[in-house]
Amino acid sequence: MFMFIVRRIFFAVLLLLAVSFFTYMLFAMLPSDPAALTCGKNCKPDVIAANRIRLGYDKSLMEQYWLFLKGIFAGRDYGTGAAAFSCGAPSLGYSFGQHECVTTLIAQTFPVTAYLSIGAFVLWMLIGISSGAVAALHKGKWQDRAASIFTSIGVSLPTFYIGLLVLFSVVIWLQILPFPSYESPFVNFPTFLRTMILPWLVLAVLSAASYTRLTRNGMLEAMNEDFVRLGVAKGLTTRIILRRYVMRQALVPIVTIAGLDFAGLLGGAIITESVFSLPGMGKMSIRAVVESDLPVLVGTTMVAAVFIVLANVLVDIAYGYLDPRVRVK
Amino acid sequence: MSNEVVLSVRNLSVVFHTPDGDVVAVNDVSFDLRSGETLGIVGESGSGKSVTASSILRLNNSSTASTTGSILVSGVDVLSADESEVRRIRGSEVAMIFQDPLSALNPYYTVGKQIAEAYLVHHPEASKADARKVTLEMLKKVGIPNPEKRIDEFPHQFSGGMRQRIVIAIALINNPKVLIADEPTTALDVTVQAQILDLMKDLQVEFNMAIVLITHDLGVIAEAALDVLVMYGGRIVERSTVEALFSEPTHPYAWGLLGAVNSLESSGRGALVTIAGSPPSLIALPPGCSFNPRCSYSSDICRTEIPLLRAVGTQGSVAACHLPEGDILSLGRKAASR
Repeated sequence: MFMFIVRRIFFAVLLLLAVSFFTYMLFAMLPSDPAALTCGKNCKPDVIAANRIRLGYDKSLMEQYWLFLKGIFAGRDYGTGAAAFSCGAPSLGYSFGQHECVTTLIAQTFPVTAYLSIGAFVLWMLIGISSGAVAALHKGKWQDRAASIFTSIGVSLPTFYIGLLVLFSVVIWLQILPFPSYESPFVNFPTFLRTMILPWLVLAVLSAASYTRLTRNGMLEAMNEDFVRLGVAKGLTTRIILRRYVMRQALVPIVTIAGLDFAGLLGGAIITESVFSLPGMGKMSIRAVVESDLPVLVGTTMVAAVFIVLANVLVDIAYGYLDPRVRVK
Repeated sequence: MSNEVVLSVRNLSVVFHTPDGDVVAVNDVSFDLRSGETLGIVGESGSGKSVTASSILRLNNSSTASTTGSILVSGVDVLSADESEVRRIRGSEVAMIFQDPLSALNPYYTVGKQIAEAYLVHHPEASKADARKVTLEMLKKVGIPNPEKRIDEFPHQFSGGMRQRIVIAIALINNPKVLIADEPTTALDVTVQAQILDLMKDLQVEFNMAIVLITHDLGVIAEAALDVLVMYGGRIVERSTVEALFSEPTHPYAWGLLGAVNSLESSGRGALVTIAGSPPSLIALPPGCSFNPRCSYSSDICRTEIPLLRAVGTQGSVAACHLPEGDILSLGRKAASR
């Protein structure tokens, strides 16, 4: 098991290296001059040239990539003399759009994304698994049909539509909640809750739909298994059979997909953050795209990649615990 | 050895309500079973043998199947008892083993835990350590080598025959009065089949339990059973001792089954003998005797009147056939000697 984990982590690091290389090269190939973007419309040629040297855009692409990699571990110094500044390790570059180290920007925006993701994740697992279980236990009855209507709505409606609809009806029309304005939970917890409740719910309800379906089908499939019949023939109570026999089996694919979905969310819920104007990583990425702020894009892409690769490793490890048949000796 | 009746099935009928219509899977089946005895139930797929078996533990889905008649297990009617009473009977009075040992065990728990779980549910006063001790003993009894180590292994680490032994251990852990074995050897290799049948016979003597052995394999019946029910289209068509079934079968369907058995002595290199036609659809059974479309001896009465079970011959057999007794006996002996 230990060797298995070591091997998985080794390949995960290799994968991240490849991701960083292709991401860096892809953005470097965009037909825009990063040095020219550092100082807006009325830039003088000599300022552009100075910034080019200061931010290292005069060097070859491979050299730039090497400095980027080195910066992650050793930090990075820019410029010389009075104009010098540095971004400490782990440095993901310098945003010329916001005149700030990318790592600092991510450190500011990531907590917002994390709060959004964790809250939504907990809610959607609760909603998804419980409604799926209710549907499976009442197969063919009204509960099942209600769950399947919920599923079709949740799967087919996009976040920006539902998000705007909820925002309009709850905040503007019914005026139950104030217009969202983000505050850190450590500064003003009630405001934080009032701001987050709608994006949590929107994200949770929409994502829960596929989990409802997954849970329902997984449970119904498990209920047809011979070993569940044997469990009944043993004289076990319905509660034990549902927990140890039916749910146990249905949970395996749920855990897999949940891990990956959660990691994907941590990379930034772009639409939800934009609709509810949450200053998270997703919103920052959007702004970076509009402004061609390449270092920020490379940085957020890297963070998202780390989470997804990490989630894959964790899911693989969890699999060994969930299903003894895939356990590696 | 006491020979009390431990299982008494009376006029059991099971009807499944499907979108295509009502399926009469079991029709008016009655039999008794005494402790220490083995009753074989043979028939093709769809003859109602497995549904009969699962009815005894009330395992049929109650929302799609309606079951009538009575099934008495030590004085309790399983079909009308409340849920907790049925749950008490399951596993402790009547245990069941299934056809496919590969899928009958829960892949997520060790075999030891699954056996102990069956013990603990009927012995709530026992500790986990007690359960483990009983489980180890049981593993030894069903012939699992090295049980101290294997008790903590998962089902996928066992071979098919070993898994069936585990399933038998689960079934016998509570010392049940009746064991229902639904095709217990069908999924196993021939050599392993013999081992499992021998094991069941040994344990039957040790635990003095009654066995209902469901199979489509007459070889298994000859090996293990004392009495045999032959089922066709949801009904019992013949009931006899094993000796009588193989020496003087009393129903044309049984003749066909015996004819289809291939033995080492059979001379021809030709095709295996089969029963012409296919099993009837249980939604639309043919009127009269449901075997009549496939029977070479059928006459007009077979197409209009359902034959009742009646005593035939001198060996205590009963059969549901319209043929005159003399014809049945002579044709039956001929079929048996083929």
